[in-house]
Amino acid sequence: MSASKRPLFDGPIVRRAARESFTKLAPKKMVRNPVMFVVLVGSVLTTLVLARDLALGHGGIGFTIQIALWLWFTVLFANFAEAMAEGRGKAQADSLRATRTQTMAKQLKDPKQKGAIVAASSAQLRVGDYVICTPGDVIPGDGEVYEGVASVDESAITGESAPVIRESGGDRSAVTGGTKVLSDYLIIRITANPGETFLDRMIALVEGASRQKTPNEIALTILLSGLTIIFVLAVATLQPFAVYSGGSVSIPVLISLLVCLIPTTIGGLLSAIGIAGMDRLIQQNVIAMSGRSVEAAGDVNTLLLDKTGTITLGNRQAAEFIPVAGVTVEQLADRAQYASLPDETPEGRSIVVLAKERFAIRGRTLEAGEAQFVPFSATTRMSGVDMGSLQVRKGAGDAVMRWVSEQDGSLAPDLAGIVERIAREGGTPLVVAESDNGVARALGVIYLKDVVKGGIRERFSRLRAMGIRTVMITGDNPLTAAAIAKEAGVDEFLAEATPEDKMALIKREQAGGRLVAMTGDGTNDAPALAQADVGVAMNSGTQAAKEAGNMIDLDSNPTKLIEVVEIGKQLLMTLGALTTFSIANDVAKYFAIIPAMFVVTFPALQALNVMRLHSPASAILASVIFNALIIIALIPLALRGVKYRPAPAAMVLRTNLAIYGLGGLLVPFVGIKLIDMALVLFRLV
Amino acid sequence: MLRKQLRPAVMLTLLLCVITGLVYPGIVTGLARALFPRQADGSLITSADGAVIGSALIGQPFAKPEYFHPRPSAAGNGYDDTLSGGTNLGPTSAKLADTLIAQAVDSAIKNDGARKGSVPSDLATSSASGLDPHISPANAFLQVARVARARHADSSAVRAIVQKHLEDRQFGFFGEPRVNVLLLNLDLDHTLPVHPAP
Amino acid sequence: MTANGWFQIALFSAALLVITKPLGIYVLKVYDGSMRWLAPLERVLYRISGVDRDEEQHWTRYAASMLIFSGASMLLTYAVLRLQQLLPLNPQHMGAVPDRQAFETAASFTTNTNWQSYSGETTMSYFSQMTQLTFHNFASAATGVALAVALARGITRHSAGKLGNFWVDLVRGTLYLFLPLSIILALVFVQQGVIQNFTQYVTVHTVEGAKQLLAMGPVASQEAIKQIGTNGGGFFNANSAHPFENPTPWTNFWQMLAIFAIPAALTCMYGRMANNQKHGWALWAAMFVLFIGGASTAYWAEARGNPIHAARGVDVVASAVNPGGNMEGKEVRFGIANSALFATITTDASCGAVNAMHDSFTPLGGLVPLVNMQLGEVVFGGVGAGLYGMLIMVVLAVFIAGLMVGRTPEYLGKKIQAREVQMAMLFVLIFAGSILVTAAIAAVSPAGLKGLNNAGPHGLSEIIYAFTSTAANNGSAFAGLSGGTYFYNTILGLNMLVGRFAMIVPMIALAGFMAEKRTVPASAGTFPVTTPLFVALLISVILIVGALTFFPALALGPIVEHFLMQAGRLF
Repeated sequence: MSASKRPLFDGPIVRRAARESFTKLAPKKMVRNPVMFVVLVGSVLTTLVLARDLALGHGGIGFTIQIALWLWFTVLFANFAEAMAEGRGKAQADSLRATRTQTMAKQLKDPKQKGAIVAASSAQLRVGDYVICTPGDVIPGDGEVYEGVASVDESAITGESAPVIRESGGDRSAVTGGTKVLSDYLIIRITANPGETFLDRMIALVEGASRQKTPNEIALTILLSGLTIIFVLAVATLQPFAVYSGGSVSIPVLISLLVCLIPTTIGGLLSAIGIAGMDRLIQQNVIAMSGRSVEAAGDVNTLLLDKTGTITLGNRQAAEFIPVAGVTVEQLADRAQYASLPDETPEGRSIVVLAKERFAIRGRTLEAGEAQFVPFSATTRMSGVDMGSLQVRKGAGDAVMRWVSEQDGSLAPDLAGIVERIAREGGTPLVVAESDNGVARALGVIYLKDVVKGGIRERFSRLRAMGIRTVMITGDNPLTAAAIAKEAGVDEFLAEATPEDKMALIKREQAGGRLVAMTGDGTNDAPALAQADVGVAMNSGTQAAKEAGNMIDLDSNPTKLIEVVEIGKQLLMTLGALTTFSIANDVAKYFAIIPAMFVVTFPALQALNVMRLHSPASAILASVIFNALIIIALIPLALRGVKYRPAPAAMVLRTNLAIYGLGGLLVPFVGIKLIDMALVLFRLV
Repeated sequence: MLRKQLRPAVMLTLLLCVITGLVYPGIVTGLARALFPRQADGSLITSADGAVIGSALIGQPFAKPEYFHPRPSAAGNGYDDTLSGGTNLGPTSAKLADTLIAQAVDSAIKNDGARKGSVPSDLATSSASGLDPHISPANAFLQVARVARARHADSSAVRAIVQKHLEDRQFGFFGEPRVNVLLLNLDLDHTLPVHPAP
Repeated sequence: MTANGWFQIALFSAALLVITKPLGIYVLKVYDGSMRWLAPLERVLYRISGVDRDEEQHWTRYAASMLIFSGASMLLTYAVLRLQQLLPLNPQHMGAVPDRQAFETAASFTTNTNWQSYSGETTMSYFSQMTQLTFHNFASAATGVALAVALARGITRHSAGKLGNFWVDLVRGTLYLFLPLSIILALVFVQQGVIQNFTQYVTVHTVEGAKQLLAMGPVASQEAIKQIGTNGGGFFNANSAHPFENPTPWTNFWQMLAIFAIPAALTCMYGRMANNQKHGWALWAAMFVLFIGGASTAYWAEARGNPIHAARGVDVVASAVNPGGNMEGKEVRFGIANSALFATITTDASCGAVNAMHDSFTPLGGLVPLVNMQLGEVVFGGVGAGLYGMLIMVVLAVFIAGLMVGRTPEYLGKKIQAREVQMAMLFVLIFAGSILVTAAIAAVSPAGLKGLNNAGPHGLSEIIYAFTSTAANNGSAFAGLSGGTYFYNTILGLNMLVGRFAMIVPMIALAGFMAEKRTVPASAGTFPVTTPLFVALLISVILIVGALTFFPALALGPIVEHFLMQAGRLF
């Protein structure tokens, strides 16, 4: 689903959209959009007038034909914009649908008995059924891993080609139908009936089939409908005033004025903007469950960010070896590397690498049987290596110290000080000790540091400029948390956070009127995800988390929350910019049409024809044509969204008002004049 | 709910009606009578025999050549204080341009020797109230010659009286310079009587 | 145009600026209940009328109280006008006011419009003038401010839902705000020559020997509240052009300042309620820019005069002795500058008092008052009505442009959502509809055309002006239109009721909706409402919404008349 590379006007999408422009003319569909519905009614009326004129053999039909034609184009262009926006989603839905083909599944009647396989169609599987998948199998439906560990290719959903690990228990147990098992095997408990799977919901979402208007779209529709009614009144009452003045106006001209005045630009592009906003999220591999949540993302005041994985790289890394008095740093590095050789955790690896880089201590391979790895456990809280009479341990300060003391070893007096200092600086102290022939001693401390992601500080300051506060959530102690918070540049932090603390924080923020966004993946995140205004669940997370959130990030990248916020803002900005543009446009249209309408009755009104348009007919026609073409011209903007730069609201407003407000005032003067000249040139009037 | 609202609605209507409609004008009238009785009664001007001959604030009609004439008036048949108002004719009104203004201009040319194009704008137009007690200095000066002629007086003597009645802007900047026609004409009768007292 | 003319406009502006803050603080204290020097009187009023002064009202109840009060007082006025011949204080023995005119007048004064299809000096007894018209001048003004305060509370309160108590706001506004100011102003007026008596009309034997009947009455007391309450209903037909209502340039200055005083002060009060004084000043600034633009245009147009009249021989060039310009329908003591300024002020506000006849203004000079009203009278505006009208425009401006900063539009920390937009649009829509539809009917119906005093585009302007003035509750007129017919009395009367109450209901609903909302604390992402940019945006939205609605109609009225006047066309 790497749709981001797709060009804006993709051939097949354009063709499909062109077709749909006509099918969308059905009044039942049109009435959803009051502004364009008025244009449709106007087009029909003008066509009827044209038919009457034809039947009665009136002269001057060329003008009416052209007006009628361009009014129809106005409606079609608006439909085309919507169809274009939907088309991009539909193309993606099609490729998703391809992966939803029915597969044969190996159903297990009893998950305890791997052997008893029954062949079943994926369409037959129901919640609670068990299936087994072996390498090459497509997982037949959404489920939870009951047993096994396997690498799974989820590229069909996420577009990410690197396989991911799925295993039972914990936060990586959810699997998605349509993905493929690459290695090992998985026994899966099905958690969604056919038609309700994640893939099904995703298809519906990207297609926009279940799209509801967002709150701002509803409010905007009310505004636009209100304006439309006002203009209907203004134009309808113009006829009596014209009659008073001694010259009535023809129906097509009145309709032209009306169509030019009602906000067709934003009215025609409104739903396209909304759909395109969702689409931009999808291109970021984020699925929003509703348009409402996309808007809420734009409104967010507070971002809750988990430290690990979002602000810092997933794991701590060894940054320094600090020996106790009487031990050289090389000795410490050597022993530390030694203890870490079989340690496959990222921390362990980083110790090996640091020793190698700083002290050129080559990684040695330990002969099997010669050395014995003592893995980390929750009770011992340390790990290490035993080789003959030499035992090396590294781990939490108090645990290692106890280990030394139990062997009557010596603890250097400066050890406690070093440990405390590292903790204060926000690092994790890892004490290294050895016991050689029964003589135990502590050697020193490995300084494990959280590594703040590159560029994250700048992103936070950008968020701050937009008025968004960042709160870092971490299980670390307050000291450590404060140090990292300072380094990363977050506004606040919540240390030693339990899920309850997190929930309380969200509620506190919301009570103060703020909107909160967060990411989460674990089952214990689910309540907070549900409570937050924007809850982005990681696709790698548990089913509970995915159910609770209102967005799912298929890439499971928590930093993406920031992009989500930006997309939400961009959506709202685009709505506002085009509304402003549309309303500002009317000024020029008045100066084109009003003198044209009455110049026969009052030649003095020619003075208002500031654009010096050729004739009344050309002026009116040029305005109608401009009004139609501007919709087409703005489709790319509607689909791409207005240019987004993070800045304080005052600055954003100034820029956008200058572009879309002033631009909206001036552009039509130029546009209408040019079209008028073209009409004269091609002798169309 | 409605019934509960009815009592305050009715009672406050009556109470506020009494306070603002009777007590308040009563207080103002009492204070006005005590502090500014002349103004409160209409700044009336009485003759020696006690008859009211006008209000210093309300214009009255003058048509005889020996008097300064006020502006045209649309109040009734002219300066009818019970029918105050203007012509309410618009800028493209033929009646206004070709009848009212044209007549006023013609009369100024004929009687006062005004030049076409320099007829003071207040002379040719009706006021808003139809009771305007004032004319512009230009208007007054234009009429000096005629009034002097009718009174067989020296122009400069008449002009001097006009000068005396020139009112500058109030406090130096509020409003416009003007001449009160009634006061001017009364002074004129006093200083330069048409038929000198025997 | 003269230097002194501009100086007077500047002086007025400076005086307005100076009074805004002290008066604003005073108004704030009146409505937050901390002003107590008439507490005993207040208590008596509450006790007799059964008002619990501590009861807070939901918006529906606040609106209901207001509507019932207005209905009751309108009914009383109708009855008194119909029965005035039986009532005291009627030295001129005025008969009963005709039914349709009594209805229209009752509607007119209840709605703070004070449109007058009658001549006071030949229609109204002193009793009617005082107990009904003066009373309504107070009551409708106090109602207007109460409603504005209620909206201000709705916007500035946090998650409250209640808007205050209408009865208490009504009483406090009347007692603490309008009465004291009126007494002071009335005395200033009397000192300058405004009459205040209950005598019969005075018969004058003029110098030339004719008879002149001078109308009398308690004018000063009504004149003061007429301006302070932006009512505008004159004691006499000529309104503030009548020398007994407005005898000197000094009274004229105070009349103009009195019109703008409370509307300007309310911006300051609102800023303080919102805890954002800069925002209050931003509103003031937007209003001021629109005001000065209108005043300058009107002054320029009137001072330039009418080329048709110049061609007939009139000297339209101002000099030290000649007022120049277009003096038709203007008083010499006020001249061009003060007439143009007064016309702008009275229509910026919903006052409607006039010291010159707007009907005789040049087309562009007359366009200014017309447009002022069509913008919704939000330029300082009517007492209360100006602020709440302006806040509706703010809501719309914030909504339209607010999306552009990338958030759901927020105003003072409260989100503007579908319900609020709906109410704001309803407010705008009712206003536009009540002007356009009624004017269109009049423009093509024989009954409507019969009342015209002018032909050609100016006749259309008269019609549009009448329906604009009544819908906007202004009350000034292109007075050539004879409004005293069944057709006009009825439609205009209804139009005033629609323009007041049909618009108040969505406004107060909006106040209620806003009151329920949580306040989002301000941040760098908050839409700015204190900057010059905001002021410019607000002005643009007001102008564009107004212009877009009424430009077609105006093009066939004053605008085309302007070009025709340049070309010398007469009708």
